[in-house]
Amino acid sequence: MEIDTDLLIIGGGTAGCLAAVEAKELDPDLKVTILEKAHIERSGCLAGGINAINVYIHEGESPESYVRWARWYAMGLLREDLALTMAREINKAIEKVEKWGLPIPKDDKGRYLRRGRWGIHVFGESIKPILAKAVKNAEVDVYNRVVVTNLLTKREKVIGAVGFGVRNGDFYLVRAKATIVATGGAAGLYKPKNDGEAHHKIWYSPFNTGTGYAVGIRAGAEMTSFEMRFNAIRIKDVNAPIGTIAVGFNAPVINSKGEKFMQKNYAHLGGEAAPTPLRVHGPMEEIRNGRGPCYIDTRRLNDKDLRRLKEEYLDEYPTLVLYLASNGIDLKNRFLEIYGTDPYIVGGHCNAGYWINTDRSTTLEGLYAIGDVAGGASSKFVGGCFAEGIIAARAAVDYICNKNALEEVDPELVDKERYRTFAPLWRYKEGRHGPTPKEMELRLQKVMDEYVGGVHQFYLITEKGLEIAKIEIKALKEQAENLIARDLHELMLAHELIDRLDVAEVLIHHLLYRKETRWPGFQDRVEYPHLDDKNWLVFVNSRKNPKTGEIEVFTRPYEQIVPGDRYNP
Amino acid sequence: MLTIVIHHEKCTGCKGMKEPLCVKLCPGDLIMIKNEKSFIRDPGDCWDCMACVKSCPYGAIETKLPYELGYKDAHLIPKRKGKIIVWELVYSDGRREVFERQVRL
Repeated sequence: MEIDTDLLIIGGGTAGCLAAVEAKELDPDLKVTILEKAHIERSGCLAGGINAINVYIHEGESPESYVRWARWYAMGLLREDLALTMAREINKAIEKVEKWGLPIPKDDKGRYLRRGRWGIHVFGESIKPILAKAVKNAEVDVYNRVVVTNLLTKREKVIGAVGFGVRNGDFYLVRAKATIVATGGAAGLYKPKNDGEAHHKIWYSPFNTGTGYAVGIRAGAEMTSFEMRFNAIRIKDVNAPIGTIAVGFNAPVINSKGEKFMQKNYAHLGGEAAPTPLRVHGPMEEIRNGRGPCYIDTRRLNDKDLRRLKEEYLDEYPTLVLYLASNGIDLKNRFLEIYGTDPYIVGGHCNAGYWINTDRSTTLEGLYAIGDVAGGASSKFVGGCFAEGIIAARAAVDYICNKNALEEVDPELVDKERYRTFAPLWRYKEGRHGPTPKEMELRLQKVMDEYVGGVHQFYLITEKGLEIAKIEIKALKEQAENLIARDLHELMLAHELIDRLDVAEVLIHHLLYRKETRWPGFQDRVEYPHLDDKNWLVFVNSRKNPKTGEIEVFTRPYEQIVPGDRYNP
Repeated sequence: MLTIVIHHEKCTGCKGMKEPLCVKLCPGDLIMIKNEKSFIRDPGDCWDCMACVKSCPYGAIETKLPYELGYKDAHLIPKRKGKIIVWELVYSDGRREVFERQVRL
């Protein structure tokens, strides 16, 4: 199938939907196309719903006060220009989604109900169908069940993308005047905490497999801060978020001795509200040193609180409620254990992603990045993804209007991409032998867990381990040349695996390069255990050299825009 | 050993529809039709988003925790009614709780 469009958006999730609608509002004559791997009504991070939006600029706060907090929360290293531009748009973006039908509870003065210093409560079980409807009403062309396999480039300029239909088996060739990457980040790089039947009971969507990063890496886009992994502290077993209890109900975490160790050990860094890496580092250190299990202490909650707690989980993570019922857990008598998750690579909570300008353009002409794949501005969460969608749409529409032409695609390139897309399927049909995506997934996850600081290693990363992992990933990439796929579903899994290998390779290079520990819990470099502002108050960036195929790693300077003590907001 | 259970006595395969809602909406592309019934390809690949459970017009799909995470005899049944969703929670010991949540303005 051949599609010509003005604006192509890869991924119809939180950020992509906002970008699509904004572009159509700016210019209704524009042809806007979304390629979505699943179905836009229930795809991506928000498939199950949300119960809060974690950043809103409340009365008494400002974009600058947000940046001071987000900078401290990221251990002093943040793209303040990106955070500021996002924060200036965020309230309008949330109000826009409210108008589309998202119920947001208010106090008697008509203000959104606060959750913590920055968050608001929402009744977000249907957030995704609501966003999908807005996209439909805006007359955006949505192609569901299309897996994007590569960007099309011409002299460092992105001119479209290719992929295949999981339902129809068609090859998709999309020519676009501008392209926005809006996919999720990367899960499934690491061995998860649960095995077998429960291996996808992870916090981050297991269907977010780093494709948005991988297509950019292969096209030669510059990436930043992959080494700032996201290792979340979550309810053990089901990996449910703990913010709902900790922030929503002010419940402290305790170790097996009943000590409030966050308040004790990290008082100078905010205690229970310490920067997010420390909130996983704290409990994991307790457990590693024999003071586990760790719990979230719900004993102060009354019956009404406990009922409200279940209601809020039903909006976002119903599995937790089923978990309580299945195991007969009464939170008044038994506390929930907390534990770290497998590591994820995300730009929504952390800084990992494309290196972008304030208009969300990447280092490749014609390509923009938003949401989880956009780097540098951690703690943007759902609201920040909305805002970035709007910002990128403005810039992309402006670019389209100024440089109004589709580029011809070299037929040889099309043939090459078609072969690359379908090769695993064709190899199987020819009776060739090779590993299946699931076999390779297990090997990748084992390597990453054991040598690149997985949750089973308490996230500890050694220089030697990284060197071994580099060799293992190289071998796996060679193996991937023989991947087989028995049907279109497996072909999707095959490409997801190929994409995760590219992300894992870049991640290892980033971890090796930063010789300090800036984010204990996210990035514990055993040989370099301390934060070192003198040498490492910089962004670690990388680019795959298109000629040599080598990952080149280098630094970019940090710029402080908002004055103040970076370690004391 | 399941994450969703498709009750085949209730599943009609949504005959006549181009694509049943469970097949259409699953974010992981995990549900398919075989002999006019829905099946999950690989139960372990389910994320528990419950998109299929909430959308099934016959209430034929139920989320279950894998045994390693929870014993089997509890139920969580969502039913969408206009602008609200009603959740029925049944504990292993038979206790029952019902929750109503607004989902649209």
